[in-house]
Amino acid sequence: MTETIEKPLFSEEEMKTVNMHLDKYPTKMSAIMPILWMLQDKYGWLSEDNMKYAGDLLNLPYEHVLGVATFYTMYFKKPMGKYHLQICTNVSCMLCGGDKLFQYVSEKLGIKNNHVTPDGIFSIEEVECLGSCGTAPMMQINNKEFYENLTLENVDKLLNDLRMKAGANG
Amino acid sequence: MVKIILKDIPDLAKVDVYTKNGGYEMLKKCVTEMKPDDVIAEVKKSNLRGRGGACFPTGMKWSFMPKGNEKPKYLVCNGDESEPGSFKDREIFEKNPHQFIEGALIACYAMGCKAAYVYIRGEYWKWINIMEEAVADTYKKGFAGKKLFGSDFSVDIYVHKGAGAYICGEESSMLNSLEGKRAYPRVKPPFPAAVGVWGMPTTVNNIETLANVPEIIRHGGEWFSKIGEPKHPGTLLYGVSGHVNKPGVYEIETGIPLKSLIDDYCGGVKNGKQIKMVIPGGSSMPPLTREEALTVKMDAESLKAIESAIGTAGVIVMDEDTDLIKVLKRITKFYYHESCGQCTPCREGCGWMLRVLDRLDKGEGRIEDLDLLINVAENIEGNTICALGDAAAWPVKWTIRKFRAEFEAKCKNDKYQLPVLNKVHSIRHTPAYDNIRIYNENNVVEDLIGKVQENLNREDETFS
Repeated sequence: MTETIEKPLFSEEEMKTVNMHLDKYPTKMSAIMPILWMLQDKYGWLSEDNMKYAGDLLNLPYEHVLGVATFYTMYFKKPMGKYHLQICTNVSCMLCGGDKLFQYVSEKLGIKNNHVTPDGIFSIEEVECLGSCGTAPMMQINNKEFYENLTLENVDKLLNDLRMKAGANG
Repeated sequence: MVKIILKDIPDLAKVDVYTKNGGYEMLKKCVTEMKPDDVIAEVKKSNLRGRGGACFPTGMKWSFMPKGNEKPKYLVCNGDESEPGSFKDREIFEKNPHQFIEGALIACYAMGCKAAYVYIRGEYWKWINIMEEAVADTYKKGFAGKKLFGSDFSVDIYVHKGAGAYICGEESSMLNSLEGKRAYPRVKPPFPAAVGVWGMPTTVNNIETLANVPEIIRHGGEWFSKIGEPKHPGTLLYGVSGHVNKPGVYEIETGIPLKSLIDDYCGGVKNGKQIKMVIPGGSSMPPLTREEALTVKMDAESLKAIESAIGTAGVIVMDEDTDLIKVLKRITKFYYHESCGQCTPCREGCGWMLRVLDRLDKGEGRIEDLDLLINVAENIEGNTICALGDAAAWPVKWTIRKFRAEFEAKCKNDKYQLPVLNKVHSIRHTPAYDNIRIYNENNVVEDLIGKVQENLNREDETFS
């Protein structure tokens, strides 16, 4: 894979954001994390092409970008479900039933940690403490919204709602 | 009851409400009326100590920064907050972000920093958005940017989003992360005050520490030094979780008895049960037994006296029915997952401890395993570049020391044979070791091969 990418992956508008991030730091290399975030937000995960493109933007070798992307758990190195469910099972959540919640969701969806359902709607991940200890157990969806004080009942409802939403959007 | 950070003012997170309540006046006072050294002197007088866990005096830390402007200097605000059990910084971002920003800008003025970078963990998506908006408001109102209040002082403040790595909370790895590298901790010295982010002098402060600064300037260092315990003054944001009726973040003076915190503020232990164990400051701190928890005061010195530490004041309460082996296994699994892999003792040791704890959890452990665990923990502690090694070792070492009877009760006797190597290791300093050595050599090897295979088969389950 030596050919360069002909078409830029970012639009002009997005390049403005890239430049804004570049202006924040004295070195170009520092902008790698925000740019990987932008790519992941746009494409859902970081493919080899995406990472190479980030490297081209910042004059960094692909190996460096890969090194950074693999160090951090929140960058997905493979496609995840439309709704990526991140359930905390660390101490505080575990004391309030977080591990049981994870098992329940895992069994209900029939998938293991870091796997995607065949229809591509859900994927689950057992994550470490997300700083929601006072409202345990909790779940984060797609690295964004927190859902706190969960019980088996309201998780059922939440999953159904998400499935409906995924169906409605096609 | 003094409240310094989480004040009872509605909508304080909005910049207009904050400025109406005296916000950013202290920044103006510092920049227009005070010399940088006076600001540092005031913070020194307040005896404010870092809220990130190490409790290092903040004023002293600031004074380590070189004077003069030959090189650009930076302030990095540590909002990585990934220690299990602590969730205080997000409360500051949500309820009083501008007081933190003001504190950060005052710190920049005191140390002559060119810019402040607010590093927030990537999982805090909602709070990153809040902070970005708050920072934009600060610029709009003219409290950050070029030539503040007509003086020569210019400062910038940026929000940097992390991407999920516990290790980034360690100050030198945070600097590597900001530079766009893998977040490996650095060997110290040189300390960040000499060679920090991008090779320039840098100070790393916790969010809560900086949020205290505007009030210290407003009321004076002496006022602050008289709140709570004299040796560790001020208030702390105690994040209480686990088996309590009203978990949450409570801002209370230092030195409050832990019993009062649990009973009076958090409504006691759930279902009227007894306490079995309390972790006083995030999962890496040595745990407290029930007797200790009922008598100890919550401040750095009191906890140090009973060989624990205040950490981030993230209190995790466990009731009498808690399975401590499961808890310890989960804590160790966390450190195994989060070890960056730079130092061998931590990278390998965490995996070893996890495997042994898994064995204990399944009821297949032996009494010797407990000493083996302590042995491994002690070989991690102090032998790594950063404090994550210690953080992984302490809970294992102290939980077993303090609750040995419970662990022993779950150990199997005789029926189950340990892998030979572990067995040899755990009795190394006892007379039984000599007996092993005179044991027929061939038998040992045969036994070993069988047991190692057995161990490998089980490993797949543990790490799936």
